[in-house]
Amino acid sequence: MTTMTLLQAVNSGLKDIMQDDDRVVVFGEDVGINGGVFRATEGLTKQYGEERCFDTPLAESGIIGVAIGMALYGMRPVPEIQFADFIFPAFDQIVSEAAKMRYRSGGEFTCPMVIRTPYGGGIRGGHYHSQSPEAYFCHTPGLKVVVPSTPYDAKGLLISSIRDEDPVLFLEPKRIYRSTKQDVPEGVYEVPLGKARIARAGKDVTIVTFGAMVSICEKAAEDAAAKGMDVEIVDLRTLLPLDEEAILTSVAKTGRLVVVQEAPRFCSFGGEISAIVAEKAIEYLQAPILRVAGFDTPFPYSLEHVYMPDAKRVLAAVERAVNF
Amino acid sequence: MATVKSKAKPKPKAKAAAVRRPKSPSAKVAAATKSKSAPAVASKRAMSKPSKNVLVPRGAPRTDDAPWSVLRADGTALPGRDPKLAPELMLRMYRAMTLIRALDGRMLILQRQGRIGFWGPTRGQEGATIASCAAFEDRDWILPALREGGCALYRGFSLTELVAQTIGNALDRVKGRQMPCHYSFKEGNYVAMSSVIGTQIPHAVGVALGAKTRGDDVVAAGYMGDGATSSSDFHVAMNFGAVSKAPVVFICQNNQWAISVPIEKQTVSSTIAVKAVAYGMEGVRVDGNDVLAVYSATKRAVDKARAGGGPTFLELLTFRVLGHSSSDDPTRYRDESCVKEWEAKDPIVRFRRYLESRKLWNQALEDELDGQHQAAISQAIKAAEAAPAVPTATIVDDVYATVPAHLKEQLRRTLDDLGG
Amino acid sequence: MTPMAEDLLSVLEPKSAKGKSAKIALPKGLDRAKVQRMYRLMVQTRQLDDRAMKLQRQGRIGFYVPSIGQEACAVGSAFALSDKDWCYPSYREPGAALAVGVSIQAMIHQLYGNAEDVTKGRQMPVHYAFRKQRYVSVSSPIGTQIVQAVGTAMAQRIRKEKAISITYFGDGATSSNDFHTGLNFAAVYKAPTIFLCSNNQWAISCPLGQQTASDTIAVKAKAYGMPGVRVDGNDVLAVWQATSEARARALAGEGPTLIEALTFRIGPHSSSDDPSRYRPNEQLETWQKKDPIERLKKFMKSAGMWTEAFEKEVVESAIDEVNAAVKHAETVPLPASSTLFTDVYATMPPHLVEQQERLLALEKAQGGAEIDKNAAFPL
Repeated sequence: MTTMTLLQAVNSGLKDIMQDDDRVVVFGEDVGINGGVFRATEGLTKQYGEERCFDTPLAESGIIGVAIGMALYGMRPVPEIQFADFIFPAFDQIVSEAAKMRYRSGGEFTCPMVIRTPYGGGIRGGHYHSQSPEAYFCHTPGLKVVVPSTPYDAKGLLISSIRDEDPVLFLEPKRIYRSTKQDVPEGVYEVPLGKARIARAGKDVTIVTFGAMVSICEKAAEDAAAKGMDVEIVDLRTLLPLDEEAILTSVAKTGRLVVVQEAPRFCSFGGEISAIVAEKAIEYLQAPILRVAGFDTPFPYSLEHVYMPDAKRVLAAVERAVNF
Repeated sequence: MATVKSKAKPKPKAKAAAVRRPKSPSAKVAAATKSKSAPAVASKRAMSKPSKNVLVPRGAPRTDDAPWSVLRADGTALPGRDPKLAPELMLRMYRAMTLIRALDGRMLILQRQGRIGFWGPTRGQEGATIASCAAFEDRDWILPALREGGCALYRGFSLTELVAQTIGNALDRVKGRQMPCHYSFKEGNYVAMSSVIGTQIPHAVGVALGAKTRGDDVVAAGYMGDGATSSSDFHVAMNFGAVSKAPVVFICQNNQWAISVPIEKQTVSSTIAVKAVAYGMEGVRVDGNDVLAVYSATKRAVDKARAGGGPTFLELLTFRVLGHSSSDDPTRYRDESCVKEWEAKDPIVRFRRYLESRKLWNQALEDELDGQHQAAISQAIKAAEAAPAVPTATIVDDVYATVPAHLKEQLRRTLDDLGG
Repeated sequence: MTPMAEDLLSVLEPKSAKGKSAKIALPKGLDRAKVQRMYRLMVQTRQLDDRAMKLQRQGRIGFYVPSIGQEACAVGSAFALSDKDWCYPSYREPGAALAVGVSIQAMIHQLYGNAEDVTKGRQMPVHYAFRKQRYVSVSSPIGTQIVQAVGTAMAQRIRKEKAISITYFGDGATSSNDFHTGLNFAAVYKAPTIFLCSNNQWAISCPLGQQTASDTIAVKAKAYGMPGVRVDGNDVLAVWQATSEARARALAGEGPTLIEALTFRIGPHSSSDDPSRYRPNEQLETWQKKDPIERLKKFMKSAGMWTEAFEKEVVESAIDEVNAAVKHAETVPLPASSTLFTDVYATMPPHLVEQQERLLALEKAQGGAEIDKNAAFPL
């Protein structure tokens, strides 16, 4: 066990899986000698050579397109997109190609790969270094979407994603890259995909959330406890495939649901959670499903702190649900 | 076939990759392609004495660059250019070219009769398609565009499976998931095609880099049309390929039309080949209707890639004689007199004249071959049409390696709603 | 005569036919006053950069992108524009903004993202937008502006305006999708566009040799059938001349030009970057000797355009202007929370009205959200 930040856990996961599986290749912009702009790939080129961790020209569609070709050939590419906000030139390759390859070839050709990319706000990054684009990708059959919220999960989920037979978008909450530390095992271990985690047990209201919002909700839950409200937090960990059972079990217990996400509200992942609960657990609900989300505006710079859901906004929603 | 070697413990992927070789209708001919005698002469010549149509990175492009050719219109070879290929190889190419021409005719009829939904013809491009593909080894990978179905056939894809794919029934190995002509042929290292223009080009670079990293002796072919050179994936693939010296050959079938857009509205560069200069790559312009020129130029590029010399960009100048597809009517946008001009440059006729001059072909053989093609196609259509529809339950297969819970539920509910 | 893509156009270091150095000739169209003006613009850019980097280090602004060493690329090219031309910059052309008439105060307000920032604090520092000067909003994604400039140029051609569009980008952007589509569209439609690539040889940590295998950036023009010009990017007069010639060709209906201005990124990629992690020091030292301001000063001295008094006035007035602008910007508050919801659409749709009302009610009940002091930008 070593105490690590989430960022160090990602780095450790890459190092260990590259040792374990020589098909794993890491590449992207500035990931080589510079170790990535966040240092997630620090030391990989040194340890494994330039063939297995290398810098690419500045073209996201090229990074993903080449990764697909490598995966078709039998490698396990782990390309990095420097910021999730820069993924859109590669949208075509991800959505039209990687996600459909298995299906369109009748299972003959597959491209298991993990696209790592830091996402989310809270680092003073303005429009283009802050967005949470998960909904675009969760709307794409054939892709899996994974979002860790703790160092332990980050390493275990990353390794599971790399070992998975399907393409995975691995969204790393950069706001909490360095904010908390946790004991993380050395060597490879897996945290299974498709299994949520109960981050906090409670009986009055369920919060379903993921990524950097988990710690915000934990803070709100403490504030709620001080006011006599017992909050349960479901940390999804994998958005697709979704652990519906964990959500429905929790809602059946508490009878109230608040969904918290950073992304804008309209047509968002939180909307899907709400729809599933409305379809399958409406008989348990004692209050309307509430969503706390980013505003339906582009991500701002100066007013970032206003835009991002904080513990106050989460608490307000919890109170509305409980007092309905 | 690329067998992915794994130094660590054996991986499932590596096992899956070790597949049988395609049963080629002419296995002996396949062996003949490995003979280095004749084509090597042409390669050496082309390398030692670059003609002005071989654009080296430092050279200035010229608008009057004549494409590299070997055969005159009458089928005789230009002095010193005949690669003197093995007869078996040439006859194998000729059979494949005539087969895909015959197939175009029959499949367009099936489409008009409503028996298949769509067909993308190759007519006029048979030489570029087959002769380029023939210059690769079977273990090399092909990342095709729309008009390279002939490459799959050349590598042993069965006619019945090809026809079944156009029907999309239970015999179709892609389970009716894609439009006609979007084949997948894993044993032939022929990757499932996408309708999206240009997306396969970076995949070819990735395959090549995967092979390079593994130390496999495998070259990748990235095919495209002239329209694809405008796509962003063309740009990133050419750049990544050149920077990484990937063992890849980029092959542009310049058929001069992207649906209704002529080449002069697609780009105003002096040639397509000159675009290679932007990437520090060698670009070669080739007469795409000249089987021997296409084979020689491609073989040279493949050999170079195999030897670690990095990628080459080939422009195969040819012409789309028919519409873009069975849904397209070219008389809406082009003067069909240009078709006559290009029919005079027909790659099959030109190659046949050469074969006849070499006493390798004659009218009797031609008649016999045509009968064989028609019979084979008829039999394939019959066999393919006899297959049942794709089972409903397959709709949720192959989205992921295993069917996830929500898809199982969706299928169950839908079947329940439909009354089981 | 279009210079060949392989040649390096230089005014300050002219070579005679035999390769020996020749006498410097001021390009036609420039005079003493114009040269002095360009010198002043470069000094202003340098002073703004210096001060802004210090403000960032002191935690007074969140982020900055310096252009030190590249002032000649931005100033020399933008100085060749008319007041009808449009400018699509990247984030490393503050000199171009100054050259087209943007005030230092307006730029510093943007760095603070305060209530007087014309972009209302919506973007990170240096992502300027100045409608009046036709200086279009800077984006962080690399290369997206290139193809947009072509659209403007096509519109200028359709409307038969005596105007062109110029777009700026770095060497890294030549790998982007939008470079390829932008240059191809411009060439096919003969759009009056100037593509100015400031080749500073580094895309964050990626050196030019890993970015492209082509001999030069300028040679890429051949792929699109347009002229490619390679110019000494630390020679403001040469950059001005190449841009002026490209502009004349564009206005004459002869279409676009790709200009590669060969220069060097003396500083880091941004205030978050540490180039000593990846860049050899010798390369830096070589290029520090080619400082574009010093080179122009040397020429001006020899041509009798420069005096100690002139230097003092130029530098001091630039510092004074920057100081005054910083002082004022720091008195201006952040934009109001309600501005979060404006400018998403021309008129605010009902769901945003509702979100705005809820936010303001919550702020009233619980107080406003707190700024996260730990937030630090890594790139």
